Amino acid sequence: MAMEMVAKISESLDVAHHAQLAEFLTALGDDALILGHRLSEWCGHAPQLEEDIALANIALDEIGRANVLLMYAGQLEGLNRDQDDLAFHRDTVSFRNLLLVEQPNIDFGYTLARQFLYDVYALKLFECMGGSPNPFISGVARKAAKEITYHVRHSRSWVLRLGDGTSESHDRIQAAFDELWTYTDEMFETSESIHALIEAGIIPDGFLRLRVDWNVFVTDTLTEATLVVPDQDQFMRKGGRSGQHSEHLGHILDEMQFLARSHPDASW
Amino acid sequence: MVESQDKQIVDILSTVFDPEVPVLNIVEMGIVRGAEIDDSGVVHVALVPTYTGCPAMNAIEVLARKVIREAGYDRCEVHTLYHEVWTTDWMTDEAREKLREYGIAPPRYSGEKSAEPACPYCGSVDTTLTSRFGSTACKSLHFCNGCVQPFEHFKCH
Repeated sequence: MAMEMVAKISESLDVAHHAQLAEFLTALGDDALILGHRLSEWCGHAPQLEEDIALANIALDEIGRANVLLMYAGQLEGLNRDQDDLAFHRDTVSFRNLLLVEQPNIDFGYTLARQFLYDVYALKLFECMGGSPNPFISGVARKAAKEITYHVRHSRSWVLRLGDGTSESHDRIQAAFDELWTYTDEMFETSESIHALIEAGIIPDGFLRLRVDWNVFVTDTLTEATLVVPDQDQFMRKGGRSGQHSEHLGHILDEMQFLARSHPDASW
Repeated sequence: MVESQDKQIVDILSTVFDPEVPVLNIVEMGIVRGAEIDDSGVVHVALVPTYTGCPAMNAIEVLARKVIREAGYDRCEVHTLYHEVWTTDWMTDEAREKLREYGIAPPRYSGEKSAEPACPYCGSVDTTLTSRFGSTACKSLHFCNGCVQPFEHFKCH
């Protein structure tokens, strides 16, 4: 049985459209990696101890998910790169994460607003991917959805608390949502690769309904938090999925990749 | 819950304790999913991480390999199955009791009604959630209003 499970992994690697799948998983892995790194900047700086621990825990889950997704992406692309090569030895133009996740933390409310917008997207996305016929993808996705359920509970509770809090907290988190909203359209962009994967049945076609599900959840929460849902029809910033990033990504990579690049192949 | 097992190998693995919850061994935790010896004498161990990013995984893999080698098996392969979805339902009742004795409120079974966990020290059900995230990914923080003490709860997952 153990060996059957191991065999199942290599079997699920032998899929059609493996280049497109590698591209797709790299994008999802990069989201988790960059957001995890961003969140970890709060470690030791959060407004209260419990929050410090919570943000570090969520960061750890994101990094863990990045590890698996990039590992699988690396095996699929067949260029002999493992997850560490992908994380530490690519430059900004090769990263495929959403612009949203690379945005700086600014303040606690801004961080939680960013987290909430992403968490709802990630939850809906991985719930959908849990229905993939590919056993590896569906397993990783179901496990991720379980973990992200906790993250959504957390970020949602802060959106409610800050939105329906003091006039100061209300105004600041409203301003955060107004600004971050322009990064949300990118989540639902589809590409030729994604369409090919949906057609091949590797990505369930529920993927195309993510925007609707996301909108309902986000609108409900913002309304309950006495916040105004920003206008959907406004200029939207895009480019992360094709490697055109904001200046912030370069600074994250500087810090994140410095050690691995200064001491290649170091181990301890 | 070990699905395929060579009892001898499982017994050896049950000497490895979770570095973060040192009162439970990895078999009781439900993270050993397979343990067998193949035709060429190689021991295969299949592990499932509790949480994808569990930082104890690496230590557990190293310790599993070490105890298998010390038991006289020269060749051992540890396979970490990231696509298997671990659940606290795989934890034995005995393991739950050990957690409680150690001071960590055990997880409820996933079918059970959701309620605040009982205090592992005094048994009071008058407890409050302090934070959904605790000292490790698998635990949350609570406060007992009965004996006025903070405690940790192993989340139902």
